[in-house]
Amino acid sequence: MVSLPLLLQEAHAAYEPILPAWILLLPLIGAAVNGIGAFMWRGNKSIPSLVGPLAVIGAFVIVVLNFVAMLTAAPHDPAIVSMWTWMAAGSLSVGVDLQFDQLSILMCLVVTGVSSVIHVYSVGYMGEDPGYSRYFAYLNLFVFFMLVLVLGANFPITFVGWEGVGLCSYLLIGFWYENQDFASAGKKAFVVNRIGDFGFLIGMFLIFVHFGTLSYTQVFAAAPATLAYGGAVVTVITLFLFLGCTGKSAQIPLYVWLPDAMAGPTPVSALIHAATMVTAGVYLVARTSVLFAMSPVSQAVVAAVGAGTALFAATIATQQYDIKKVLAYSTVSQLGYMFLAVGVGAYTAGVFHLMTHAFFKALLFLGSGAVIHAMHHAYHEVHSHEDPNDMRNQGGLRRYMPITFTTMWVGTLAISGIIPFAGFFSKDEIIWYTGAYGYGILWGVALLTAMLTAGYMTRLMVMTFYGENRTGENAKSHLREVPAVMWIPLAILAVLSVIGGWVNIPDALPVLPGVHAFHDWLHPIFAPARGILESHGLNEAHASPIGGGEAMWAGISTVAAAVVILLTFRALIHRTWKPAAESVDPTGLAGVLYNKWYVDELYDRMVILPLLALWRGCWRIVDAGLIDGSINGLASSTRAVGWIGSLFQTGRVSTYMFYFVTGVLVILATFLF
Amino acid sequence: MNLDIENAALILSAFLFAVGTAGVLVRRNAIIVFMCVELMLNAVNLTLVVFSRSLGLEAQVLVFFVMAVAAAEAAVGLAIIIAIFRHYEGVDVDRFNLLRW
Amino acid sequence: MSFFESHWVLTVLLLLPLAGGVACLFAGEEDAKHVALGTSVVAWLVSLPLFWTFQQGTAALQNFVSIPWIGQWGIGYTVGIDGISLLMVMLTTFIMPMAILGSYSYIKRQQQSYYGMLLILMSAMIGVFIALDMFLFFLFWELMLIPMYFLIGVWGGERRIYAAIKFFLFTAVGSLLMLVAIVTLVYLYFRQFGVLTFAYNDLVQLPITRSLQFWLFAAFALAFAIKVPLFPFHTWLPDAHVEAPTAGSVILAGVLLKMGTYGFLRFAMPFFSYAATSDLVVNTIIVLSLIGITYGAWVAAVQPDAKKLVAYTSVAHLGFVMLGLFALTSESVQGGILQMVNHGISTGALFLLIGMLYERRHTRMIEDFGGIAKVMPFFAFAFVVVALSSIGLPGTNGFVGEFLILIGTFKTHPVAATIAATGVIFAAAYMLPMVQRILYGPVDSDENRGLKDLSLRERIVLLPALVMIIVIGVYPGPFLARTAPSVNALLEQIEVRAVQAPVEPLDADVRFDHMLILGLHGD
Repeated sequence: MVSLPLLLQEAHAAYEPILPAWILLLPLIGAAVNGIGAFMWRGNKSIPSLVGPLAVIGAFVIVVLNFVAMLTAAPHDPAIVSMWTWMAAGSLSVGVDLQFDQLSILMCLVVTGVSSVIHVYSVGYMGEDPGYSRYFAYLNLFVFFMLVLVLGANFPITFVGWEGVGLCSYLLIGFWYENQDFASAGKKAFVVNRIGDFGFLIGMFLIFVHFGTLSYTQVFAAAPATLAYGGAVVTVITLFLFLGCTGKSAQIPLYVWLPDAMAGPTPVSALIHAATMVTAGVYLVARTSVLFAMSPVSQAVVAAVGAGTALFAATIATQQYDIKKVLAYSTVSQLGYMFLAVGVGAYTAGVFHLMTHAFFKALLFLGSGAVIHAMHHAYHEVHSHEDPNDMRNQGGLRRYMPITFTTMWVGTLAISGIIPFAGFFSKDEIIWYTGAYGYGILWGVALLTAMLTAGYMTRLMVMTFYGENRTGENAKSHLREVPAVMWIPLAILAVLSVIGGWVNIPDALPVLPGVHAFHDWLHPIFAPARGILESHGLNEAHASPIGGGEAMWAGISTVAAAVVILLTFRALIHRTWKPAAESVDPTGLAGVLYNKWYVDELYDRMVILPLLALWRGCWRIVDAGLIDGSINGLASSTRAVGWIGSLFQTGRVSTYMFYFVTGVLVILATFLF
Repeated sequence: MNLDIENAALILSAFLFAVGTAGVLVRRNAIIVFMCVELMLNAVNLTLVVFSRSLGLEAQVLVFFVMAVAAAEAAVGLAIIIAIFRHYEGVDVDRFNLLRW
Repeated sequence: MSFFESHWVLTVLLLLPLAGGVACLFAGEEDAKHVALGTSVVAWLVSLPLFWTFQQGTAALQNFVSIPWIGQWGIGYTVGIDGISLLMVMLTTFIMPMAILGSYSYIKRQQQSYYGMLLILMSAMIGVFIALDMFLFFLFWELMLIPMYFLIGVWGGERRIYAAIKFFLFTAVGSLLMLVAIVTLVYLYFRQFGVLTFAYNDLVQLPITRSLQFWLFAAFALAFAIKVPLFPFHTWLPDAHVEAPTAGSVILAGVLLKMGTYGFLRFAMPFFSYAATSDLVVNTIIVLSLIGITYGAWVAAVQPDAKKLVAYTSVAHLGFVMLGLFALTSESVQGGILQMVNHGISTGALFLLIGMLYERRHTRMIEDFGGIAKVMPFFAFAFVVVALSSIGLPGTNGFVGEFLILIGTFKTHPVAATIAATGVIFAAAYMLPMVQRILYGPVDSDENRGLKDLSLRERIVLLPALVMIIVIGVYPGPFLARTAPSVNALLEQIEVRAVQAPVEPLDADVRFDHMLILGLHGD
């Protein structure tokens, strides 16, 4: 058994963050340089190619240094770096403070690491695009905001990153803004995310009102004494925060933006909409685990929403034809797993899955990007306007793209949870704890989803890489493997997708050595929350809800996944698909799944159209009708009175004379009588 | 009733004033209307003269003022009437409502 | 005492634009704009050091002077600033050069009078913010109307006459009642203390019976609420904005609307503390603000006219400000003041941007555009930054203001703050569709294809706004530090005086007057 703190027992040097500001500044400078470049030297590709990736790699290096320093010092308390006072008014004082602790540095590692790989990949993928410099400006800006999000030492700073990544996501989804649908997808993402942000804001306000501070360390230290366990306040706070998470991390009911977000360039989908930004919600729940642990209701809601989303999205993924849509719903589903984990109290497992998912989902997206790149290139050569994303137009690509093919299989096995790939360890841990902590139904849902996952991923592999090629006779000859700048990142991520799970191997498994490095690393972060949970009856049953230990169920789940893969493979390998242009959309249950359970249509009819009608009514009826109507009515009645008065002004001398004499007589009469 | 000279003059001036007023009200010809206005002015003059006998000479000063104003008015008024006559070939006041906004 | 610590800096700020305005009237047709720009830039430079010479940490009025003017009536030239008016004055001098430089190519006829009007308006606006004599204040308050009326009525769009008259009538109705209330105040003060005075510092000490406070507050509030504009007095605003020339809209949104909120803060609330803190008034205004926030956003979301859309967003934004002021917490009031500045900068910039489009295409209809980002990249950049500031993205100025308002309001009125916070959703729902329909999509008309990106002059116009959007968003400390003492003192004063407000005046004469004013006198 290997235990990190034991190894590092000797190291006592206090941990001081190394170059903390530069972690943020480098990507920001990169964004600024590329942003200026987008105006000043638009044709020049070498500057963005250098600045873009290097800014992020530089940040990665500093993060690694910090990680190593933290590893040797093993600090117990977070290190706070205060930069300046941001907002101070009344009793509120919010500083621009960064928090370096085990969780934030881990997130930084994942964010900058995966970002570095994807930036390099982008050099190849976006090489032909006229908006090259702008692309890197947005991408660097995204890294900046993502780091702000994870490093923030108080709620408002995290919120800056939270909305900032949303902005970058908006800009990058609509990167090819000339396409109206893409621009709409970006807008949808932003607006839906704002619904979540509303929840985040209210959660923040409640925290401020009850704690008088918004700093993480102070809030978490005061929480057990300030709020009642299971009380309404903490439940409301956490539910509002969780509303924010459902927006950012695409959970029911706010998941609808993520599949549409695939309109952005594929590296963006890999980075923002798979590996990093969408996991921010999970990060937030993990960060505020103390609060969530105090509310059993919220915990249950998080777990149930997570499990429900996992299953729901997985069903949709089985019937999609757009390769990126499959991966998008897969992401929604995997995020559901993470929420399930943090919901049942297995925070470490949730964060663990967040990390391994970042590796293999980035790999899968970049692999799909390679496929799309090759397809796009082929279609471009023959001036065809077929959809390169549609798997019905692909098939048999393994002959043309062997490296992509191989690495994609690694990713597929990892996400399906096949031992010893990374996904096995993280997913198995989630499923196990769900059962062991007594969430029987959710445990079943998680198992079922795991098998669905193996199924739709195998379908994706078969449709893309096996069988006859359906790209078209002419285009076929132009298909070829992507350049090294793109496949090397694939290879790196493939390696991580294999070994990424080995930092955390349960004791229960036979043969394998137990490794607790990951658990031990995050122990200081989650110890308070775990303490609260355990003191209120959280107990690990050493058997699943229907009996059997961890080793047995790990075995069953990996075997089940393997069987599903084999069966799906055998069922689909001989099936033939027509190219997308000649296909008809599926009907029946498959049709319902293909149309995503008609949720978008439902939202349209139930929410958006009524709202628009209401808004129009406000304008036409209330504003133009009632208010302006009464004002204009007042004006015209004044006019009317004036008009009546003007009737007496005939302009004839005799009339006036008549009034005059009458007047004189009246006056005379009053004086005389 | 004791009809001394003062009362007689006052009755005459009231009569003249009434005639003038009636003329202004009922006649249409601008010249006649105009003359009726003069009649009213002179009726007032007569009243002033009558009262000057008992109240002092200041009233007679006022009479001269009225005569001067009447003369000026006659000049301007006749000029307007002539202009209107030339333009519209008639001086029937009921045909004109030029002052109506 | 140096120039910047004496009243002279304020007097110069007041007279300089007036002199420049007169100079414009006599300048040549083509020179007027340069005169105006020069004057406004000099005024801005004069006001700039104030920000640093202003003493922090005290709520005392600074640069204060009181010179008798119409002595027998107790009217004086009384001016001075505190942290609140400091920001407002700086906002005015900041916006004006942008507005003037932004009009350079837009205004082609009667330039002398146009720029003359702008500068006279500037003088009047500064006057409103620095005046501490009710007569002087009312003078400037009414003086603002005249140039604005002409700006809309002469250089406006097709329905300019309708809009100008509507603007004039709405504002005039309110201010007339305010005049009555001012005179009443002075009269009451005279009856109680035997001194005729219009000075703010005197009148603010006047004890007024609780019942009378409501009536006088209502008279002030109507004038200010129309200016803000608070729902349902807002309908003049969209018309005025749509018809006004660009600079008119910029000034209208940037400064004029703040007169209303400033008036509440400076006059209506301290004068009538009891009424202003009573449940009736607070709840009424908060409800109206909430309606403004949501309703303004909803109506904005369905506008086909870009300028009208932005006009309605002002209703929503000013709703936030009003909410902050009447939540009566230090955070929310400071947020409200900062939001006044923010709204001036962002909405002013938005109107400038739409004006630049209008100059090129002579249409404001959103549907006439599309794909502008392709042909005007710098315009697109600026538009997106300003739009994001308007919807309150963290890191821009809009967020700081809204956050402080909401968190402060949440302390006293959590439900109201929650409803107001939905405004962040609606903000995205009205602003982003406009951004999309104007900037994104294919360039599908030939007129749009030939559009030229912003000229150097136009970039210079926008640059200060873009810089301030980020500066205030990232480092609002200096601004908050200057308003904090004034706001805290004000809130304290309101609180104390609200409790002290007499139920019935002791003095029989004064009591009779109060009854008289209320129309309660029997026999």
